[in-house]
Amino acid sequence: MKRILFIFLFMILPFKALALIEVDITRGNLNPLPIAVSPLSIDENSKKSFEKIIKKKNIGEEISKVVEKNLKTSGLFNPLNKDAFLQSPDIANLKPRFEDWNLIKAQALITGKVNLVDEKLRVEFRLWDVLAGKEMMALAFTTVPNNWRRVGHIITDKVYERLTGEKGYFDTRIIYVAEEGPKTKRIKKLAIMDQDGENNKFLTLGNELVLTPRFNPTSQMVTYLSYFRNLPRVYLLDIETGMQEVVGDFPGMTFAPRFSPDGKKIIMSFAKDGNSDIYTMDLENRVVEKITNHPSIDTSPSYSPDGKYICFNSDRSGYQQIYIMKSDGTGVKRISFGKGLYGTPVWSPRGDLIAFTKLHKGKFYIGVMRTDGSGERLLTENFYQEAPSWSPNGRVLIFYRETETDNQGKGFSAKLWSIDLTGYNERLVDTPTDASDPSWSSLLSN
Amino acid sequence: MKLNKILKNAFLIIVASLVLSACAVSKKSGQMQGDVYTGKDTVEYLASGVPDRVFFATNESVLTTASRETLRKQAAWLRKNSKITVVLEGHADERGTREYNLALGERRANAAKDYLMTYGISSDRISVLSYGKERPVDSGSNPLAWSKNRRSVTVKAN
Repeated sequence: MKRILFIFLFMILPFKALALIEVDITRGNLNPLPIAVSPLSIDENSKKSFEKIIKKKNIGEEISKVVEKNLKTSGLFNPLNKDAFLQSPDIANLKPRFEDWNLIKAQALITGKVNLVDEKLRVEFRLWDVLAGKEMMALAFTTVPNNWRRVGHIITDKVYERLTGEKGYFDTRIIYVAEEGPKTKRIKKLAIMDQDGENNKFLTLGNELVLTPRFNPTSQMVTYLSYFRNLPRVYLLDIETGMQEVVGDFPGMTFAPRFSPDGKKIIMSFAKDGNSDIYTMDLENRVVEKITNHPSIDTSPSYSPDGKYICFNSDRSGYQQIYIMKSDGTGVKRISFGKGLYGTPVWSPRGDLIAFTKLHKGKFYIGVMRTDGSGERLLTENFYQEAPSWSPNGRVLIFYRETETDNQGKGFSAKLWSIDLTGYNERLVDTPTDASDPSWSSLLSN
Repeated sequence: MKLNKILKNAFLIIVASLVLSACAVSKKSGQMQGDVYTGKDTVEYLASGVPDRVFFATNESVLTTASRETLRKQAAWLRKNSKITVVLEGHADERGTREYNLALGERRANAAKDYLMTYGISSDRISVLSYGKERPVDSGSNPLAWSKNRRSVTVKAN
């Protein structure tokens, strides 16, 4: 589990001043930018050494495949077929023949080079504007060879940031609940994978029911609900060391945990005598505070990114609706007023929106609204879906969807899906088993 | 081989008749009142004539007349068997968000607990465990299946 990774990052050349190509991510992008990702060039010696270490024939090609898949998944880019490339990778990285790339309609080009230096993987890459015939960015990384996939993700983040003006979300991980078995006796395990579905690992064995894992935004800690010894309680798990502990000493079920934006507190529900209220616990001094005090169900709390407000789910009006309040529990205000029931509010990392699940006339929707409840926009409708989690840049939501079963109760499945904030680019996120309750990590490197 | 085949056929016939009877049952609308389940399909018994579970309307934790009758039977049985302790397991159907359903299951089980307590059962003998929508008894995606899943089940703990 130990995964402390060092990545040294430096600029080869200063940025060129001219802003050249730009990708607009605020609207649904129906014309993804044609981009050529040239395989990273590699000398024969380095190639052979890497083959021994990572068991892949050509690490340069593999890293470029990671970049390509990321760019395609974002929906903003259209990576071109490599068969059409005219220039060889090593020469392209020195000085692209822009006419050749122009011919295959590439507007942007990524080139690069891989070396083995002192047992370390050294990668440099360049981003070129084909039409203007100019270099837009050049960076180099040094890291341990086993980190090669992360290098692909970091390259994608840099390219995304340079072309869209916003931070990327590719060097990230997803924690989720892996599911198996019949619907009436589901076996659930915590699992973690890279954002692109690679490096999947199970973190629990499935002996007890586990639900709703969530990342700490500032570290590799996770909070989740476990039915260990049939006592549903909020737990804290360090995914580096595997250490876990119960959060607080509550005489009943604690659930719906999330971290505060500074990672120092856990906010959650505590249910007692048929009433659920919201509590926080400070992870340093263990001080517990009661935030709501109402005979209704108060649950699914989520902090605003500045930590000053909390949105949550309550049925105090008679039905599930979304409310916000100050972080001390004062100033409670209902913000959802549309038709139907509202649940699972999650504050966007950008601060301006709240994502939610809505149930209306037998259908489930994932939607967003402003923090005052205005501007409600439903992104996707389905038989059953819920639990959106934001990408760290606030552009993409990941959630889970369950299928309807037939009269014999057959045909059930649970899968992860992602969708852009724009409502476009809905995608199935591949997982080795059925999956639910996804939570997106922060960027692992910046 | 032949015997095997005969057995297999017999098995198929049994399965087919079970499936058919299940269909016949689920078509009767007499199994729900409003959307509260009133049938017996999934019900087990703590003792003769003491059903183990009560059912709820969508999003509700109010005990129906039938539920109260069931719980009075449970209370009488618990009074007679004073050593027995129970866990009330509260459940919700799949048509709600996971976290809200955990709270709802807890609220339902507590509604049953409160009623048992008014009939003289000490709270020391009753614990409550919510499963939300995690443990349906019927895996169907239809109103009848959902009505069976909205329940509080009294389970012997010792």
